[in-house]
Amino acid sequence: MGKKCFKSLLVAVFCLFLGFSAWAGGESGKTEKLDPAGIIMDHIKDAHEFHFFDVGNFHAVVPLPIIVYSPGKGFSVFSSSRFEHGHAAYEGYELKEGKIVSTDGSKVYDISLTRNVVQMILALTVLVLLFTGIAKKYKQGIGVTTAPKGWQNALEPVITFIRDEVAKPNLGAKANKYLPYLLTLFFFILINALFALLPGSANVTGNIAFTFVLGIISLVVILFSSNAHFWGHIFWPPGVPFLVKLILIPIELAGILIIKPGALIIRLFANMVAGHIIILSFISLIFIFAEMNTVAGVGFSPISVLFTAFMFLIELLVAFIQAFIFTILTAVFIGQAFEGSHDDVDGHADAIII
Amino acid sequence: MELLLPSLGLIVWTLLAFLVVVFVLKKFAWTAIIKGLDDREAKIAESISSAEKVKLEMAQLKSENETLLAQAREERAVMLKEAKQTKDKIINEAREEAKAQAAKIIADAQLAINNQKMAAMVDIKNEVGHMVVEVSEKILRRELNNKSEQESYIRQLTNEIKLN
Repeated sequence: MGKKCFKSLLVAVFCLFLGFSAWAGGESGKTEKLDPAGIIMDHIKDAHEFHFFDVGNFHAVVPLPIIVYSPGKGFSVFSSSRFEHGHAAYEGYELKEGKIVSTDGSKVYDISLTRNVVQMILALTVLVLLFTGIAKKYKQGIGVTTAPKGWQNALEPVITFIRDEVAKPNLGAKANKYLPYLLTLFFFILINALFALLPGSANVTGNIAFTFVLGIISLVVILFSSNAHFWGHIFWPPGVPFLVKLILIPIELAGILIIKPGALIIRLFANMVAGHIIILSFISLIFIFAEMNTVAGVGFSPISVLFTAFMFLIELLVAFIQAFIFTILTAVFIGQAFEGSHDDVDGHADAIII
Repeated sequence: MELLLPSLGLIVWTLLAFLVVVFVLKKFAWTAIIKGLDDREAKIAESISSAEKVKLEMAQLKSENETLLAQAREERAVMLKEAKQTKDKIINEAREEAKAQAAKIIADAQLAINNQKMAAMVDIKNEVGHMVVEVSEKILRRELNNKSEQESYIRQLTNEIKLN
């Protein structure tokens, strides 16, 4: 019970912290009106620095490396602090509304280590260390001949769940071939979603570029798993009149190449962004009320914090659910792609088509 | 709207990160973890099946033991019965023999007694005969002299006999 209380307290403190940073953002321009939409978008979008909070003239900012390439000048690498928050240009580049543009208007390819990238690398380092750590234990025989220990206990059920509930029912005999990919996919999304829940952190899984890459990788894996039977059904759907075939072919093709990966990409992106927007909105409500009346702001803050804590818990759940949904849908699509070939055993007949 | 436009940098880095993570985890984690889990599952399944087998064997052994025990008990009962019969037989035989022996001894003893008796009778008869002859002789001798004397003599003789 004490532990629970402590956890709730932590969540509340985090929320306040988030709110504080939002307030700090609002406070930076004392004269300008509170702009909740702008603040929320700033928190959700990618940035070239980790901006935690401002107190007076002190800015708690961690600048990140900028890596830009332009055909004329080649690669340039420098710290984002050179831009002085968009007030200065450096090496012919400048920051405009969070985007790096060339001062002379030429094309710029920005591959900077933005806060999303840095946070993703941090999360993945944790992920790799965690799993190589438990892999070492399995190699030593802990968890094989003896009872599992420590993190093994936490991760093992998830791994076996992915294997037994996601891979095997959808992929049958080929499950083991795809298992490393599916496991990586699941934990890749999960750990980034969990890291993105930390206050002050970047919204990695809620960025369309991140989900886009995962969706495209899924598409590539699906296409590489497909067989002649699969393509036969797309280009010459059996048991359908000729004219309907003409209509069906583009639909089927679009379904494979655009709709399936697109649904994966947008589902994950929208779920993550929505959660973050709701949390930030609840926090912003305090300041919207406070702008009208200080008492209203203070009075509303407990309600707001309560809702935010609730949303945090929902988000925690959503992190797991979305990672699971992305993984199982990928598994289902892969299963459909090689369905009907003779070397798969069973389990495809009941594959859900979403 | 900007939210919906994927940025090049993040795409590049995510792709790179994902591929590296897939590679690293596959090489250093998943293979070992999945193998470990499979091994453990196989081991558990094997342990359960072997335990089941041992249990079956134990049950078989137990039933075997029980039949053996029952058999042994039966044998013991039979042996006891036989022993008792033998004992009774021996005792009876011994008794019969003893009886016969005793009868024989008794018969022998009686025979001996009879023989002795007969011998004693013969002796007595001889003795009595002698005495009678003696007495008769003496009486006959006296008769010839005196009647009264004769009588007193007889009396005297009889007294002598009594003294004997």
